[in-house]
Amino acid sequence: MRYLPLTDADRSEMLARIGVATVDELFTDIPERMRMAALADLPRAKGEMEVERHLGAMAARNVPASSVPFFVGAGAYKHHVPATVDHLIQRSEFLTSYTPYQPEIAQGTLQYLFEFQTQVAMLTGMEVANASMYDGSTAAAEAVLMAHRVTRRRKAVLSGGLNPHYAEVVKTLSDLAGDEVVRLSPDVTATEDLLAAIDDSVSCIVVQTPDVFGNLRDLRAVADKAHAHGALLVAVFTEAVSLGLVEAPGAMGADIVVGEGQSIGNALSFGGPYVGLFATRQKFVRQMPGRLAGETVDADGRRGFVLTLSTREQHIRRDKATSNICTNSGLCCLAFTIHMSLLGEAGLTRLARVNHANAVKLAEALAAVPGVKVLNETFFNEFTLRLPKPAAAVVEAMADHHVLAGVPVSRLLPGAGLDDLLLVASTEVNTDADRAAFVAALTEVL
Amino acid sequence: MLNRQGRPTTPGAGAENDHPTFTGNRALQQEEPLIFEFGRTDVTGVDLDEPAPVADRLGGLVRKGAIGLPGLSEPEAMRHYVRLSQKNYGIDTGLFPLGSCTMKHNPRLNERMARLPGFADVHPLQPASTVQGALALMDELAHWLKELTGMPAVTLSPKAGAHGELAGMAAIKAAIAARGETATRNVVLVPDSAHGTNPATAALIGFTVKAVPAREDGTVDPAEVAKLAGPDTAAIMLTNPNTCGLFERDVVEIARVIHEAGGYFYCDGANFNAIVGKARPGDLGVDAMHINLHKTFSTPHGGGGPGAGPVVLSDRLAAFAPLPYVRLDDGRFSLVEHAAASDQSPLGRLTAFHGQMGMFVRALAFMLSHGADGLKQASEDAVLNANYVRACLADLMSLPFGNRACMHEVLFDDSWLKGTGVTTLDFAKAMIDEGYHPMTVYFPLVVHGAMLIEPTESESKASLDLFIATLRDLAFAVRDGDTARFTGAPYHAPRRRLDETRAARQPVLRWTAPEPVAEAAE
Repeated sequence: MRYLPLTDADRSEMLARIGVATVDELFTDIPERMRMAALADLPRAKGEMEVERHLGAMAARNVPASSVPFFVGAGAYKHHVPATVDHLIQRSEFLTSYTPYQPEIAQGTLQYLFEFQTQVAMLTGMEVANASMYDGSTAAAEAVLMAHRVTRRRKAVLSGGLNPHYAEVVKTLSDLAGDEVVRLSPDVTATEDLLAAIDDSVSCIVVQTPDVFGNLRDLRAVADKAHAHGALLVAVFTEAVSLGLVEAPGAMGADIVVGEGQSIGNALSFGGPYVGLFATRQKFVRQMPGRLAGETVDADGRRGFVLTLSTREQHIRRDKATSNICTNSGLCCLAFTIHMSLLGEAGLTRLARVNHANAVKLAEALAAVPGVKVLNETFFNEFTLRLPKPAAAVVEAMADHHVLAGVPVSRLLPGAGLDDLLLVASTEVNTDADRAAFVAALTEVL
Repeated sequence: MLNRQGRPTTPGAGAENDHPTFTGNRALQQEEPLIFEFGRTDVTGVDLDEPAPVADRLGGLVRKGAIGLPGLSEPEAMRHYVRLSQKNYGIDTGLFPLGSCTMKHNPRLNERMARLPGFADVHPLQPASTVQGALALMDELAHWLKELTGMPAVTLSPKAGAHGELAGMAAIKAAIAARGETATRNVVLVPDSAHGTNPATAALIGFTVKAVPAREDGTVDPAEVAKLAGPDTAAIMLTNPNTCGLFERDVVEIARVIHEAGGYFYCDGANFNAIVGKARPGDLGVDAMHINLHKTFSTPHGGGGPGAGPVVLSDRLAAFAPLPYVRLDDGRFSLVEHAAASDQSPLGRLTAFHGQMGMFVRALAFMLSHGADGLKQASEDAVLNANYVRACLADLMSLPFGNRACMHEVLFDDSWLKGTGVTTLDFAKAMIDEGYHPMTVYFPLVVHGAMLIEPTESESKASLDLFIATLRDLAFAVRDGDTARFTGAPYHAPRRRLDETRAARQPVLRWTAPEPVAEAAE
């Protein structure tokens, strides 16, 4: 077996040194009748070529985003990731290292986490950010729990524009914790009355912008009303590239900003691993979940970085911790940080303008298709279409025409009476030919 | 005195400090600024054409003011992150005996497979007809996990071990609710030796945590569990093999006691790697167990993540697995994403999509490569290596539970350091100077000054012999009163010991632009 260095001669010698005759004598604490007498009923070892054939055949049964005109979004987005990113994150010293509990030999990880935290804080317009959560949805659920700790209230209000998956994750965790959740009705056109939902019993109001239907939300009035009632505004985004062009949630009064960082540096990977971004105000930092890298000095007075404020965390506080999170999204943070460093402000803002311009061109082209209506007044790179037929069937039919057209709202919100709505995303990867193919296929199947 | 490589064992302490450099660099070890200190906001390493102007649809919500993000050209970025990488210790650098964390070899075949466009470049919300291979992969991974654990069901969506604990304990909570016992059955028993995530998870979802003390031999006494178990018992969370590196030999009796009290047996599967192919948790009475794919099945730890924490479930809990899950009808795979479409009583979503697909591919590649035979051999080699380290160090270091067989990791305490002026932490830092990543220190909490060594199956005998010889040299140095070698260590790492107190008291959690020079001069 190519991964196992011990030879049978080594094993014999080692067993003799230990003073046992067989390796099974080391397993005698397992009750004898519970020890497996035979090998598990599974295939035997395979060489590299066989594994490649087996998995390659499975991979070939999927349609990769880059092989077709591709417009699927709703929380994960197809972007171009520079070759440099994937090379660097495969450096052994990054890929095969552990959580930096021995900081003297983990300065590489700690410094990029410090850079990551700073980039996220800048991007969201907040003061501090943590070293990541699992993904945007779990970050949102953790933000609600944190708001409850800060306000000592236990009721969250979720906007009807919040990605339904995120709303479900918040609801699952809140139900388990015994906290109250008020989920507003799906709000396709961003006309819901958020202000009316805020009173003195509310811990936080959770609002996504751009929302799941693509609308941009002005958060300032919501923030003001929340603050007047002692509540917090939790702002959510699922498309990090939008922050290169639209106003930062921090500048609109958000107290906690969470989002999905996949768009920067990370592949679609059928849903994971992704990277949850989590930022807040300095004054709330001790209520924050997750790891934090901080600056300090070493015994020679040189600058260095460590994990800090760990008295919030489970390995110290156990059942009194701010969260149970341990493993985070380290390598996905690194991919985010490298891609963001390559982009810089000049590259990110241009990337955002390209995304927006492509989406505007697509919306204009689709609005001209008979029977199709674009519902959004505002959007960044994703918008909602009303179709004359159920969107799920249209998407399936367009897949047969080799166009992946988007996400039917019925997939996220079945039974909500929104079966004719389709979410369509367009990024920098889309070309004029892609747009033409979309229009042609849609016209054909309608 | 010469070591086995023929080099003197007395280091030239401080030698490099006698020859300071102008730059602070030490040859291959480069001092590296933060990107904010040398990047420029008008530089970019990504070429993209400026789009033709369009009538924007932003409704006036355009960002006002600069973001401040520095950019790097591609060569600058490459050099910056390569230099940072060189300040890290990884498995590929050397032996990484971090107990409980399982730092085994990460095969690069697995990286290649995860990057196949058919896996890496598919969207979680594509139509099911376009992702049949991805769903088949999840189904095959599920099959392997069920076979290896002897459990009838598995949920793949949890993102890491602690997230898996949440899924498993939530299923237990749902099962209790279905029995109408929510109000009365709310205590979770957690042994003192447990990972911190166990009590944190139980508390997070509203259970009351009650500690179970370990008996003198480091394991849990079923009689003690029987004393604590009763009609208020929701579950026990037991790590097996436990964090002392010992198999809970009374696990079957503990399961019986808990089940008799009406509770469930949650097993923390962090140490499953010791028993894969040797015993099946399903046979031991386990109701739920998470599996850290990043430990047992070698998906890379990546500096702290991402992980993946699928949870296997017993028949009693299978109906309460979270959404979504894969279903196979007439040879066609689909995802059940909503409770209304399920014939079970599923828990809602715990995450936006279907789990850590990238990790699933790597874990399955690892399983396929090993096969049933290789996985069993890996468990045996891991246990053999740990016992070899134990046998070779037992005369110098102290074993809190006696010189008896351990599983995949061996636990020492610090009683052998008593009165020497050297602490567990000092000893660990001296290992850094010798080129090793330290073992896990001060965990588990049940022994004083814990040192938990997990060599894994990835080490050759020659590598272990050198490691053992080094630890013996260090142990002799402790005896000889060579205290400064330890208390000042590390001397040779990219950084000396870092001031963690200062970091916590005056937290600096991000870069901020320095004050203008005139003011800073004060």
